[in-house]
This record gives sequence, structure tokens and C-alpha cells, in this order.
Amino acid sequence: MTDRDERLQTILRLITEFNKKGVEVTEATRFAQDLEWDSLTVMDFVAAVEDEFDVLITMNRAAEIETVEQLVDAVGELQGSK
Amino acid sequence: MTDPGIEMEVGGAPDGPAARDLFSKFDPLIEQRRALLSTGLTDPFNLTMERVESPTVAICNGRRTILLGTYNYMGMTFDPEVIAAGKQALDEFGSGTTGSRVLNGTYQGHREVEAALREFYAMDHAMVFSTGYQANLGIISTLAGKDDYIILDTDSHASIYDGCALGNAQIVAFRHNDVEALEKRLKRLPPDAGKLVVLEGVYSMLGDTAPLTEMVAVSKAAGAMVLVDEAHSMGFIGEHGRGVAEAQGVIDDVDFIIGTFSKSVGTVGGFCVSNHPKFEILRLVCRPYVFTASLPPSVVATAATSIRKLMHGGNKRAHLLENSRRLHGGLKQLGFTLGTDEPQSAIIAVTMPDLERGAAMWEALLHEGLYVNLARPPATPQGMTLLRCSLCAEHTSEQVGEILGMFEAAGKRTGVL
Repeated sequence: MTDRDERLQTILRLITEFNKKGVEVTEATRFAQDLEWDSLTVMDFVAAVEDEFDVLITMNRAAEIETVEQLVDAVGELQGSK
Repeated sequence: MTDPGIEMEVGGAPDGPAARDLFSKFDPLIEQRRALLSTGLTDPFNLTMERVESPTVAICNGRRTILLGTYNYMGMTFDPEVIAAGKQALDEFGSGTTGSRVLNGTYQGHREVEAALREFYAMDHAMVFSTGYQANLGIISTLAGKDDYIILDTDSHASIYDGCALGNAQIVAFRHNDVEALEKRLKRLPPDAGKLVVLEGVYSMLGDTAPLTEMVAVSKAAGAMVLVDEAHSMGFIGEHGRGVAEAQGVIDDVDFIIGTFSKSVGTVGGFCVSNHPKFEILRLVCRPYVFTASLPPSVVATAATSIRKLMHGGNKRAHLLENSRRLHGGLKQLGFTLGTDEPQSAIIAVTMPDLERGAAMWEALLHEGLYVNLARPPATPQGMTLLRCSLCAEHTSEQVGEILGMFEAAGKRTGVL
């Protein structure tokens, strides 16, 4: 498994805890529209991702992330820049 | 009677086939309101007080109503000396300044209220804004620049979030009142970046206080400046009424305290106090301070008089905290679910099962003759619907007893109890 695959699997696991509606999740899934998360759920989820990967995702950065794919790439980038 | 607050309709774009109605984004909210009000419920967000008799009693819908949702913590709105000061200023300085603080809008009274604040907080500098909202908006957006970081609690007040949105700093949120979450995030920041940690003494939705001792310590260890909003604690928490930071013994490590005149002080306006040696430059660079008209002379006169009286409000303070303890204990005994296990401030939040029953309970209380705040998402944390009670030092012991009776009757009638 590549690093990216591992990141994806970890993020999919974290999504499960917040995916109350049991929506099927792919890399194309959008957090706001498809998972129907409100801003508070997004903030809790971002905190979980931050702690899992030991990175910092600012609200400015989070606002630009719409899909699972974008999040996987952003976390990779943030880890690389540490 | 046509009431614009109620007669809104979903859909219905203006003329022209190409016109996209900018209001369509509000359709879900309009529909939610329509559904709620179609049950015949009184609109909880459209109440009119026809007359106000005292800090604790008003006439609403022709009925005498006890006020338990006003933030008039110290009951200063009808203080005879405060009113006299306002009348005198109206006579001597006129009805308004018609100008910015940095142009023609600084009168003697503005200087005097800033002097009263410096004395109240024992700090070197005080800057008065036209509202508390603008104080947070102005200070936060001005202090933190493009490459700086603002670290805030997720339950922060709208004015704090809006201050972040107005500026262009990097924003980092941490879980409400979680010291470890704050510390972790501070450690992930670039060590040499400018950092502003924004906290509140009392969080107004649940009335819980922040663990400032620990939070200020980890912030200082990370080299951050600390701002604490003490809007809901001024005048009655801490030995001199300076707030939760004073009560927890960390006020000397707080760089900026934000406050308001629209709660304990009993009028309108906002402020920031600080000991920072360069603080005064903010008067020239803070846009929400510069590009707005200053407070009317009567307002600053009432505020200055009220602040000076709050310095000696020991007995009122004790009675307010006693009221808070009694209401909290009484509601708990009746079987209501409360926002905090113990009373931590003058706000007692009663948790409702959902918006429908919350609105029904709110209306039942109003019929009993009691006004409280109905609070709902997004203002509330975790999607909660709350009936928020804020006590006043002028509530008598008898009124607190009456309030508990009203809660019991309304709770049984609506099935919340």
C-alpha cells in the first residue's frame, strides 16, 4: 500500500465516526453536500484528522477542501511540509 | 396587520425570467419558520416590550412579564444616578456626535468613560467602541495580520468569528474548553509566527466558564498573546468584578480584555483594555473604530456613571450569585436538564429536547408571565435548543420563587417535564 492509500484508509475510518446517515463514501464524496455535515461537525472532524496525523489544518485551508480526495492530498502536503 | 417577520413566502423571484433571486438561499429557513409559526405559536424572535417598568419587569402583549433573558446582570438600567447622568449629558452635549472618534466624535464624556474603564480594570489603556460586537471585530481583525495565527475555541461568539473573517490571519480552532487540544495546536504552529489566542471568560450559550488558569499558561508558554472576552462576567465575577481572569488569578497575563456596556453596565457600547505600551496606535489603524460614529454623549455618560458604581457593587454581586445558585438548584430539582452541573455564572441554560418543544415551552413561559431567551443552532453548540435564563441582581428572592413556579407549570403543560 502506498502512503497515499494508507492516508485514504485512515481518513475513511475517521469519516465513519461522523457519517451518521451511513452515506457511501468514495474519494469524490463531498463533505457538505453528500455527507450533509454542518459547520460544527466539520470542525469536530477536522480536529480528529489533525490529531490523527499530527498536522494543523487552518479554517482558511479547510474552507478550500470539499472532497475526500482533496483532504487526502492536503494532509499529505501538510505532512510533507512539517 | 402585515408583519414582515411573518409574511415571508418561499420562492417568488422578482420580474424578469433571467433574474436569479438572491433570497432563494434562505428558503429552508423561511420554510422552517413557516412550519413552526403555522401551529399558531408566538414568534419567539419577534417579541415587543410595550413598556419596561424596571430591570426585571416589562409589559409584553399587555401582560406583566418577569424578565429573565436580558443580560441586565446588575440591574443598572434604571439606576437613578445613571439616568440623571444621561439626562444631563443630553442637555449639555446634545443627542449625538455625528462623527468618528478620530474626527469630531471624541467628547469629554468619551475620555471620561475610558478613564473609568482604566480605573475599573487597573490597566493603562482603554478604547471604547460603538458596540461590543465592533470591539471584537476591530481588535481581532487589526491585531492578527496575514502571516499571524488566531487560535480560538469552537464555541466562540459570532463577533469573534466575524473578527477573524474581517481580517486575513490564519485561523485555528480547538475543541471547546479543552486545554490539551489548545496546547497541541499551539505546538504545531511555527514557533516564530505571531499568535493570538482568543478565549471567553463565560461562554454565553451554556453559561460555563473557561479554565483560564491552564489555558493562559499554555498560551504564554507557546509565546502567544491572549485576548479574553469578559462580556458576561463584568461587575460580578472576580474580587473587583474584572471577570473570570481575575477570579482565576491570571488577569496579569492576559494581554487584552474585551467587554461590553450592553450587559452589566446597562447601556450599549464595547471596549478593549490593555497594558500593552503601543496600544494607543490601534485608534488609527482599527477600521471598526475609525469608520463609524462614536457613541452618543448620553450613552457614554450613563456608562461612566454605571462603571464607577459597579466598582462598589459588593452586595448586589452577592445577591446575583445567590439568585443564580437558587434558580439552578430549583430547576434541577424540578427535573430540568441544565447546561452546567453547577451554576458557573449568571446564565442558566435549560436544555430542550428539540426546537418544537423548546418553542412551545418558551411560549408557555411567556403565558405564565416569564421572558427567557430561546436559543437554537447555529448560535448554540452541538445543535442544542436552549431556554437561556440570565439573572439580575434586582430579581427579588420572591421573584426567583415565582420563576420556579412558572417553569414547573409550563414544563408540565408542554410535556417537557
